[in-house]
Amino acid sequence: MIYRETGQFRTSYAEDQAIFRLRQDRAGIAVILAVAWIGIPLLADDYLLRAILVPFLILAVAAIGLNLLLGYCGQISLGTGAFMAIGAYAAYNLALRLPGLPLLLDFFLAGLVAAGIGVLFGLPSVRIKGLYLAVATLAAQFFADWAFLRVGWFTNYTPSGSVTAPPLDIFGWLIDTPLEKYWLCLAFACLTAILAKNLVRSRIGRSWMAIRDMDIAAEIIGIRPTTAKLSAFAVSSFVAGGAGVLWAFVHLGSWEPLAFSIDMSFRLLFMVIIGGMGSILGSFLGAAFITVLPIFLNQAPAMVGIQLSTAMVSHLEFMIFGALIVLFLIWEPHGLARLWQIGKEKMRLWPFPY
Amino acid sequence: MLAAATAPAQAPTAQRRRAIGEVLLAVENISLRFGGVRALSGVSFDIRKGEIRAIIGPNGAGKSSMLNVINGFYHPQEGRIVWKGEARPRMRPHEAAKGGIARTFQNIALFKGMSTLDNIMTGRILKMRASFLEQAFWIGRGRSEELRERAFVERIIDFLEIQHIRHTPVGKLPYGLQKRVEFARALAMEPELLLLDEPMAGMNLEEKEDMCRFILDVNEEFGTTVALIEHDMSVVMDISDRVVVLDYGRLLADGTPDQVRNDPAVIEAYLGVAHG
Amino acid sequence: MAELGPVLEVLLGGLMSGVLYSLVALGFVLIFKASGVFNFAQGAMVLFAALSLVRLAEWLPFPLALLVTVLIMIAVAWTVERLVLRPLVGQHGLILFMATIGVTFFLDGFGQTIWGSNVYQLDLGIPSTPWFLFESLFPGGILVSPVDVFATVIAGSLVLALSIFFHGTRIGRALRAVADDHQAAQSVGIPLNQIWLIVWSTAGIVALVAGMAWGSKLGVQFSLSLVALKALPVLILGGLTSIPGAIVGGLVVGAGEKLAELYIGPLIGGGIEYWFAYVLALAVLLVRPQGLFGEKIIERV
Repeated sequence: MIYRETGQFRTSYAEDQAIFRLRQDRAGIAVILAVAWIGIPLLADDYLLRAILVPFLILAVAAIGLNLLLGYCGQISLGTGAFMAIGAYAAYNLALRLPGLPLLLDFFLAGLVAAGIGVLFGLPSVRIKGLYLAVATLAAQFFADWAFLRVGWFTNYTPSGSVTAPPLDIFGWLIDTPLEKYWLCLAFACLTAILAKNLVRSRIGRSWMAIRDMDIAAEIIGIRPTTAKLSAFAVSSFVAGGAGVLWAFVHLGSWEPLAFSIDMSFRLLFMVIIGGMGSILGSFLGAAFITVLPIFLNQAPAMVGIQLSTAMVSHLEFMIFGALIVLFLIWEPHGLARLWQIGKEKMRLWPFPY
Repeated sequence: MLAAATAPAQAPTAQRRRAIGEVLLAVENISLRFGGVRALSGVSFDIRKGEIRAIIGPNGAGKSSMLNVINGFYHPQEGRIVWKGEARPRMRPHEAAKGGIARTFQNIALFKGMSTLDNIMTGRILKMRASFLEQAFWIGRGRSEELRERAFVERIIDFLEIQHIRHTPVGKLPYGLQKRVEFARALAMEPELLLLDEPMAGMNLEEKEDMCRFILDVNEEFGTTVALIEHDMSVVMDISDRVVVLDYGRLLADGTPDQVRNDPAVIEAYLGVAHG
Repeated sequence: MAELGPVLEVLLGGLMSGVLYSLVALGFVLIFKASGVFNFAQGAMVLFAALSLVRLAEWLPFPLALLVTVLIMIAVAWTVERLVLRPLVGQHGLILFMATIGVTFFLDGFGQTIWGSNVYQLDLGIPSTPWFLFESLFPGGILVSPVDVFATVIAGSLVLALSIFFHGTRIGRALRAVADDHQAAQSVGIPLNQIWLIVWSTAGIVALVAGMAWGSKLGVQFSLSLVALKALPVLILGGLTSIPGAIVGGLVVGAGEKLAELYIGPLIGGGIEYWFAYVLALAVLLVRPQGLFGEKIIERV
């Protein structure tokens, strides 16, 4: 099937506003969804599901959260890990202290807690910009690291500081195999992607982008900067918090505060930059890239007969991430998502590029 | 098409008929200082409903500062702005927008990362009411408002003849078109008062004539009051009903184009500058 | 009065580690003033400088190793300026900031790849046994580490030297002109590129000094890079553009976090040092966004 829009006329604004305007795009997404929901479960082994696909999906959700804030609203956050932690510990404590709370409701409430605290740390954004905000969000990160380590109440005074999630029971369906976990994460990832896409093509998304592109001009068309920024913080933290719950409950099972350290925040930042700021698709691409690269670095040298120490692999990883960040910022600030789009444009004209 | 487009702008102003009504906005004794620099001192004038009001003056006369005071970017140390008979002290720009004041900027203030369509759609933000959940799930008003406002915005796009750049990111457009998109965004707000800061700066003759026509059309068809800053004297004298002249932050003259043109103080201020 | 001794000791210790924060913050301020870039990589430069020095000193005489390290730091600073920031000139500050985060990761990885990633002892020939001061005034005296004293002296001289450099020399004047207005400076014939190279090199050398001070205190290891994270709140506190601000900010943070640990720590489980600086900076931001010494940001429309 040739990728072309010839003969597909959009006769109403509704059609023109659809997420996937081209028939080929719609077919493409249908294939991807079929592979994700049916193909992968048939083919993938437990290792692939557990160690790669589940973390990938959860990180993609978290990256969407950060992308809404950074890519769409232009507010930097170096504390996404903290909001994931807040979600995780909120869910843990809610489940612990309110036995019988349905799991999905528990997740939702945990997201709300993260959103609330996100707004709190987003408050400085009302008065300050860019770089200063980085410091405010770092404050959230360090404060959260400390609180979950030192304040015993959050971890129910477990001596080791490590806590364990309750069994994943959703309306009587016990989720314990890697495949079930994968499906659960996939469902959350799809839902998040759709809702996020809807938001960014609605009024609220446009007001975020307006603030990002030029806050002065945003004000003259009636956008309240405070509302726009804080709503971005709230939604972003809600999504990050939800991703944190999934990371803790589904991926890790039991965890320590270290699981959500500043490393996590930086990793998510890299996913958004490399994947593409201001793109939902980019969040997935970035998450995939950052998840797969370390595994590739671990295994590829061995395949060609070079032995690298673990330390060396981690240094290489640092260097590659760092170099890629710089390269993408210089050459393609819209990241992999933009490269993908350029590829599609080329294909639309192929084989007659002029 | 281009020939047709230029024709109305060259038509003499006298042919236009519109009803100029009561005072819409009054500038009362405004003084504005930045540190020790006086940008405006004791300026008063008014803008009447339905008129095209020009603000002219040499560079640094305080014209842009005046617009910034009117829509709430700057708060004057003295004096007040009375909007529709009501004094609005310390009004913020978004409150001005809500009250019905739209504006464009001298150096274009568009959202560079967004398409033409999205830029103009932002002008409709105040008209949209969908709740957060309706937007997130694309249901109810979340969906219907998008369609309704899209239809509205398409009419503006038709009117300003920018259909072909609908989906282009505005950062990639040439200067003249960017100015037009900014104008479109201001129009999308359906303002009662439209503030235009040098809407024709940096345009070629043809683009200027198009712009003049758009301003006149908006004023005539929708009865929108327009206040504009412009350097091109022939444009100012052609399209405006009354002119305010500022010089060194003071009011130098106020009246019809003919009165202002023959005012000795104005002639002196402009002597040698040879505008228009 | 019996308790005054230990409190003073804590205060003094705090002030002296504050000086070390100031040293790192100083590098930030230099670059921010001259090129408007918030250089997150300053901490990575500290680590890179210290690693280079400590490893070179293993097979070169110390003065020679120091000289080579200075040259290396100038080369690093020059490369970063040329390859990363030059192509991004005119971009949004946020983009530049994120680019320096990229540089941070690259430098951290690169430094450890070529120099190794163990903990190395940097021996500057300073006695490690603590001194006891004012034994006549307080029982047991006040315990002070000579390394801290050394670092304080070094930092103090560096600040003095930079002040003279900034205010007394022609280059310094050019620098200040650039900081005020790039375009105006360029139009009166100040070569921007040259100035930026000088600034970045100076920041590289400041990083080296900070690396030596921190390295002799903590050992040269990866965690030096994280010192940058402590310097950020110092910077916010003092104001991004103020050299005195960086100094005072460092002292306030250093002393404040130690005293907070002493007085509030026991009440809430300790470890306040971990976030004190940040929460303090956050509080300052809310009251005075431009920092204690920063210039008020006037926004023109």
